[in-house]
Amino acid sequence: MSDTLLSVRGVETYYGNIRALAGVDIDVKRGEIACLIGANGAGKSTLMMTICGDPQARAGTITFEGEDITRLPTHRIARLRIAQSPEGRRIFPRMTVYENLQMGASLDNLKYFDEDVEKIFTLFPRLKERQAQRGGTLSGGEQQMLSIGRALMARPKLLLLDEPSLGLAPLIVKQIFDAIKILNKEQGLTVFLVEQNAFAALKLSNRGYVMVNGKVTMSGTGMELLANPEVRAAYLEGGRH
Amino acid sequence: MEYFIQQLVNGLTLGSIYGLIAIGYTMVYGIIGMINFAHGDIFMLGGFAALIIFLVLTSVFVGLPTVLLLLLMMAAAMLTAALWNWTIEKVAYRPLRGSFRLAPLITAIGMSITLSNFVQVTQGPRNKPIPPLVSSVYNVFGISISLKQIVIVVLTTVLLTVFWYVVNKTALGRAQRATEQDRKMAALLGIDVDRTISITFIMGAGLAAVAGTMYLMYYGVVVFTDGFIPGVKAFTAAVLGGIGSLPGAVIGGLLIGLIESLWSAYFTIDYKDVATFSILAIVLIFKPSGIFGRPEVEKV
Repeated sequence: MSDTLLSVRGVETYYGNIRALAGVDIDVKRGEIACLIGANGAGKSTLMMTICGDPQARAGTITFEGEDITRLPTHRIARLRIAQSPEGRRIFPRMTVYENLQMGASLDNLKYFDEDVEKIFTLFPRLKERQAQRGGTLSGGEQQMLSIGRALMARPKLLLLDEPSLGLAPLIVKQIFDAIKILNKEQGLTVFLVEQNAFAALKLSNRGYVMVNGKVTMSGTGMELLANPEVRAAYLEGGRH
Repeated sequence: MEYFIQQLVNGLTLGSIYGLIAIGYTMVYGIIGMINFAHGDIFMLGGFAALIIFLVLTSVFVGLPTVLLLLLMMAAAMLTAALWNWTIEKVAYRPLRGSFRLAPLITAIGMSITLSNFVQVTQGPRNKPIPPLVSSVYNVFGISISLKQIVIVVLTTVLLTVFWYVVNKTALGRAQRATEQDRKMAALLGIDVDRTISITFIMGAGLAAVAGTMYLMYYGVVVFTDGFIPGVKAFTAAVLGGIGSLPGAVIGGLLIGLIESLWSAYFTIDYKDVATFSILAIVLIFKPSGIFGRPEVEKV
């Protein structure tokens, strides 16, 4: 529980000349759920993509299991078993649900596919019903499930989830968060998630980070942050009129 | 009626060749959104490689069986064309990826000119003849079908079946389709996008090279300008069928072949290309995305 899986140190990322990340430090330990909360445009998704090398960090280092991955191309990072369900879900629209899941299992050349796909279908029974349907025809919630399922098919050591609750009905959000909790508890999966739904995310997480304008301004356990008056004012109570 | 069917057979043969070339245009467009204008010259280069290996083999070994000879010609053509197309992509297109949209288009035209001039300089500007390899002609209910035509249609069918299988049923094909639909996401799943694009260029070149070999066998000559007109027609076929769509490329190729031979049969042959391109223009007015093309809007 104590060794660091992912370590981000002083990372700066630019889009052209615009600095999106201004020296970010974050640690994710093996077996934990860590979350990053922050407002729109704070740089949360940029951090997720920077971890995966697209765009690459202009300064700072990212290490995964002790290996420096800052300059690796995206597909090499993925092959270290960092799987991401990215912002906007990015389902392959003209591939079936089943093929999308097969894409997730590309790393092992479908070696564990049958076994793993059953697990995904147990986790998200909706996907089983829709398996022959094209990704582009799914509803938002179904696409989110597929995106997470596809990431899980890679047998990740680290699962990156970018706003799994975005635009979804509360019931489905609960279903997805429950699924994350189960995966973490039962399989010891390490999860790093970005959320605007701060309350649910902090409740779920062992550790939380708060990001403002490309910098991490606060960190602590999920419970600490939930109790922190600044966090409450900025991210929790404001959102619950 | 017999005359009509005869023209259908001829059109089908020509259309098969266009279809094979068109696939290369459409695949490359699908995966990186550019028109590889050098693709027609890759086809011509395939024809030359086939001719050269034919000349070498027939002068070294006497009495090689025709089937073996054809297979070796195709292998040489595929190898040469694949190597060229792979190199072109690497040196001329890849560095411009992410540049403005016209840049790769202009380099592609440049590569096309480079290739045809290279062949002109090294092989000479004149028509290069090849002796007839397969000359049997069968008479079926008053329609004469040559063995050449049968070989072309059968070979095209086999290749398209294999190709369809690779694209739709294998991990490589899935990686290609994924790269086509969302390059960023494909990389996030561990797909080596650059490699996938290279393989696409190699596959397209392979099919064009077979088409080049068959074109050489069918017409009995090859010349350095051969990349242009068949290339433009195959490109037209790809657009007609809906650029980016694989069945579209094949259907488009067959249609262009049929239009061309039927027009030549019933109207004046001088205007056959005008007829072909007019039909393209008409189709594009009513269906701008081509026959099988999908509209740009997509729910994501």
